[in-house]
Amino acid sequence: MASAELRAIRRRIKSVESTKKITRAMELIAASRIVKARERVRAARPYAEKMIEVIHNVGRASGDVGHPLLERRELRTMGVLVVTSDRGLAGAYNSSVLRMAERHMAGLRDRGVALRLYAVGKKAQTFFSFRGYDIASSFLGVTDQPTYADARAVAAALIEDCEAGAVDAVEVFYTIYRSALSYHPARIELLPVSPPEHPEDADAGGAEGKGAALAYEYEPDPAVILGRLLPRYVESAVYGQLLESSASEHASRQRAMKSATENAEELIKVLGRTANQARQAEITTEIAEIVGGAQAMSAG
Amino acid sequence: MVAASVPMRVDVVSPEAVLWSGEAEFVVARTVDGEIGILANHEPLMAALAAGTVEIQAGEDRVPVQVGGGFLQIVDNTVTLLADEAALATD
Repeated sequence: MASAELRAIRRRIKSVESTKKITRAMELIAASRIVKARERVRAARPYAEKMIEVIHNVGRASGDVGHPLLERRELRTMGVLVVTSDRGLAGAYNSSVLRMAERHMAGLRDRGVALRLYAVGKKAQTFFSFRGYDIASSFLGVTDQPTYADARAVAAALIEDCEAGAVDAVEVFYTIYRSALSYHPARIELLPVSPPEHPEDADAGGAEGKGAALAYEYEPDPAVILGRLLPRYVESAVYGQLLESSASEHASRQRAMKSATENAEELIKVLGRTANQARQAEITTEIAEIVGGAQAMSAG
Repeated sequence: MVAASVPMRVDVVSPEAVLWSGEAEFVVARTVDGEIGILANHEPLMAALAAGTVEIQAGEDRVPVQVGGGFLQIVDNTVTLLADEAALATD
């Protein structure tokens, strides 16, 4: 009959072992998700690159078209999109991007800029609602494996508010994925759209580059095409950010779960030793009792 | 059978993947202004696509691609279809 102490230790070992099974499974799942997410980041790149190229050419050809998504307005309300995960157990992944966003938002508020908040992921939603921020829209259940349709829904909300004048600009806080060991929170300005400089521009020089762009034939005219292109461009940018964040989330979770599994192994080892000691002490006590009993009998 | 016409490069790109990429002799696409047929060395064009089927004639194969709108760009004998949504039509 094991003593109470020994039973308690064995119970703990069992519980740590089952925790270890869970963390190990999560680690493996995260590892396979990283591969998938990275593959999707790669697959999305050609479209994003082409989009930048096209928008650049069309932008030059259409000249000065007043499109609400291009217009730089006086900053009264800033739209802030924060991309986090729905689930925790991902190390510092969520807290680092949330802290970065909150610090920046406090700075904007000090300058008298109103905020309009868009949350991707449950963690952002609870973080900001707990701190008393109003959240304009939340997007849940998308971060594990974001699809283009998810990005389109997020972009649609941002574009609609920007065109309606509810926000004057939009910034995105997300996590850039570099490798399984390197990912860090980042901020980018999404709206108004300012297409990145085309690499050819630097070489070709102004006049020549412009000539090439104008040689296009447009169907319908450039301004109409630009109006159709801009929302697609925003969607594709948001899609890229969701994918990068998702890859980072899985990388961070894999690392967190790996160290949790290792901790569990260490704990099992230590507890095993303690259990052995307790068992040994029990046996020693029993022997001492038997010997003591026998001596008492023979003495009497 | 060797195709007589000069091939051009065609890329069909959707936001989530490159769907089709290769050499083709002839492309039929529907723009918002109407249907256009594209042969090699077409002049530079930038057009908005209407939802429908784009057909790519590559050698003996005729590849139909369903697109839900998007853009078509032709430059340097390269046709790029930037489709909002697209799927290779299967029979």
